[in-house]
Amino acid sequence: MRAALLIQRWYRQYAARLEIRRRCTWSIFQSIEYAGEQDQIKLYNFFGYLMDHFTPASSERKMISHLFCESEVFHDTEWERYFCYKDIEVPDTYSGPHLTFPLCTHNVTELLEAIKHKQLLHSRYVLQLLGETWKLLRVLPNINVVSTCQSKEITICGDLHGHLEDLLLVFYKNGLPSTETPYVFNGDFVDRGKDSMEILLILFSFQLLYPSGVHLNRGNHEDHIVNLRYGFTKEVLGKYKVHGKRILKLLQKIFSQLPLATVIDRKVLVLHGGISDTTDLRLIARLERHRYVSALRPPKRQPREEPCMPGGGLSEGKRGCSGNGERRRVRSLARGTLPLCLPRANSTRTVEEELQERRRWAGLGASCDRVRYLSSNRDPDQDREVTETDMDEWKQLVDVLWSDPMPQDGCVPNKVRGGGCYWGPDVTRDVLQRHKLQLLIRSHECKQDGYEFCHDRRVLTIFSASNYYEVDSNRGAYVQLGPDLNPHLIQYQASRSSRDLTLRQSVGRTERSALQALREQLFAHKSELINAFQEFDPEHTGMISMRHWAVATETVLHLGLPWRMLRSQLLVSQGGAQEGMLNYRDWFRELTFTDPNNRLAHTGLLETMYRHHSNLETIFRIIDMDHSGLISFEEFRQTWRLLSAHLQTEISDEAISGLASSIDFNKDGSIDINEFMEAFRLVSRVRSQEGGRVNRGTPP
Amino acid sequence: MADDKEAAAFVSEVHKRISNAFDVFDHEFNHTVDVREIGTIIRSLGCFPTEAELHDIIAEVEEEEPTGYIRFEKFLPTMTKVLMEHKFRPIPDDLLLQAFEVLDQQKRGYLEPEELSKYLMQEGETFTQEEMEEMLSAALDPDKNVIFYKDFVGMMTIDDTQ
Repeated sequence: MRAALLIQRWYRQYAARLEIRRRCTWSIFQSIEYAGEQDQIKLYNFFGYLMDHFTPASSERKMISHLFCESEVFHDTEWERYFCYKDIEVPDTYSGPHLTFPLCTHNVTELLEAIKHKQLLHSRYVLQLLGETWKLLRVLPNINVVSTCQSKEITICGDLHGHLEDLLLVFYKNGLPSTETPYVFNGDFVDRGKDSMEILLILFSFQLLYPSGVHLNRGNHEDHIVNLRYGFTKEVLGKYKVHGKRILKLLQKIFSQLPLATVIDRKVLVLHGGISDTTDLRLIARLERHRYVSALRPPKRQPREEPCMPGGGLSEGKRGCSGNGERRRVRSLARGTLPLCLPRANSTRTVEEELQERRRWAGLGASCDRVRYLSSNRDPDQDREVTETDMDEWKQLVDVLWSDPMPQDGCVPNKVRGGGCYWGPDVTRDVLQRHKLQLLIRSHECKQDGYEFCHDRRVLTIFSASNYYEVDSNRGAYVQLGPDLNPHLIQYQASRSSRDLTLRQSVGRTERSALQALREQLFAHKSELINAFQEFDPEHTGMISMRHWAVATETVLHLGLPWRMLRSQLLVSQGGAQEGMLNYRDWFRELTFTDPNNRLAHTGLLETMYRHHSNLETIFRIIDMDHSGLISFEEFRQTWRLLSAHLQTEISDEAISGLASSIDFNKDGSIDINEFMEAFRLVSRVRSQEGGRVNRGTPP
Repeated sequence: MADDKEAAAFVSEVHKRISNAFDVFDHEFNHTVDVREIGTIIRSLGCFPTEAELHDIIAEVEEEEPTGYIRFEKFLPTMTKVLMEHKFRPIPDDLLLQAFEVLDQQKRGYLEPEELSKYLMQEGETFTQEEMEEMLSAALDPDKNVIFYKDFVGMMTIDDTQ
């Protein structure tokens, strides 16, 4: 009996330790993910700032203006011509499916089989399919209305994020979509996973085949600005080198035409992110959703009769462009319900003061809690284009796509993500009651078990991409709703390895991956960390206590992680550190990342690059206007200037030139973006392999 | 005196450790955790209590009228005492090995999964089905379908990241 007690006591301790490691791993991934989203919004706001304050002729502005100028505001016939697939020849060597329209069951089955066998659908058919999809979507209402009476049961899937395996697994378990087996797909079909395009093709083709069997809701990743950072743009351009740009452009239109929500039996509301205390379904139903190509931008105003002026003039907010290319209006991804500030009140401000204020917003992003009009001193009567209603509508949209629930009552801006809000159980009760609903189904957040109830089971989060952060990080799930509207949840995990690995092994593996990501963050903030450590080490002994290490790290990284619990894994080879002290210089040396070919080691820009490589890549892709994957040396330099302006740091021209010259250019002086990013993919060095250390140029 | 300062600093460090572990389970950010997570928290801090000892601690930190939640203010002093007094110490390897050997009456050096399951699910502070399955998945040799307990103990101890 005593033996049993001993074994049980020992094992339970072990299991508890495993559990807490799992939770820490989870919070690492999640906090880094959300910090990335916040980053992207800040970057985007920064570009907005640039647009306002650089002259149209400036090269910086030219590089990014195409992001903002919807100069290709075609009429429908012109769209048809631009996206015409008819001139695209399908060679005889093409062995994939040939689609005929209107689609029949055979087409879709063939497409599904082809995709399973990793065959690429020819761009001609892609464009054709997307064209038909757009035609279908544009006549749909903002809010899909569905009833269970016909089919008896409806299935709802959450985020898929390019995880084709998961979608196929769901189809395998639950059946293919049809009129009898209807589905709602709740947004975030793309980004991060590698098969986003295939997922779209499958969803769209099933929708064309069974319009009443497939309902799509827009997610915050159905947004070309977000796609620039999170991989979808890259995926499309990689798979469709010749026509990728056209495909992306057409997808932009399609994303803006995706419905925003679905209501089932007038009782269950399904939307991607969530709600806020001001959510009003009537307003949402009324707005013109196609005006929001990106949810991060204020609504564009479509000059009905007049085309936009060429040459960098922004059509946004202008009915009939004046020749003046100067941007009138500034908008951040603002939050809050305070009244709008009228321009007259601000007319006493100098331009410099406005500039300063706006620059501050670019850094603050969504923590701004006021929307303002910024009028130039020249044209005070030209500033009513974007109305208060527009701003209200925009807020409704952003809240729907970006918000997250929180346990406490109230409604506050979602500072972590940078968009939308956090809403509490009181808001849920209120909004559901107001609209006579009984359940809110949303997605947007990865959950360990694939789903999670909150707010007294009135809110259900459903997430369908298993192994989202890492293999075995989480399960996926989907919901079945019958006429009784009782949610029936099914979980799954798409991974062969999960069957072979023990719990211990899978936790270990996920944990290693999370720790690696965390080490990258630490490395990327090296200078700041060293400064913080030195505050505790005024005599520069190079040593600090573990306690101080934890405090300093927390202060610099702002990731809100339990550092003391992670300490033992992050400081591994410090050998327990004598008397609770850490030699932080040694520790950084151990953390060092270097590129495999040592090309960038000498430049001194290493740290900046690692820290901001997502931003860098995003900027590259924006600059690469023709989506060729190549940018010129000059554009490369401009990228760095943009980045340094955004970061408000000095990056000297010599440093950039040094960087450029240490990369192998093609003879024509262009850089392959992918190659460049690969060049500093992080490779960590373990202390034991010290000998023959690379001189990193900058002292630690 | 330097010693007093050291002592104070040490206690402060202990407090922070407890706080960190507590925070991982403080889902509502209001300095409370579900009482069912207390066991995990205490164990994650390096302690090896039995279930009975755990219940005693819970009784100490619970509210007068149990709410199902434990507040940090009540948990901290109790847990600090536990850590400072090194209560619920780890089990030495040889003792653990002996425990397994007691079960292995035929001294074969291994145990069948059925016999181990039967024992752990019927004696002592019994395992649930789930706990048993988890342990077996880690302990079972995939080829021979038995538990080489000596290796198992060794493996789990190395795994200790403390």
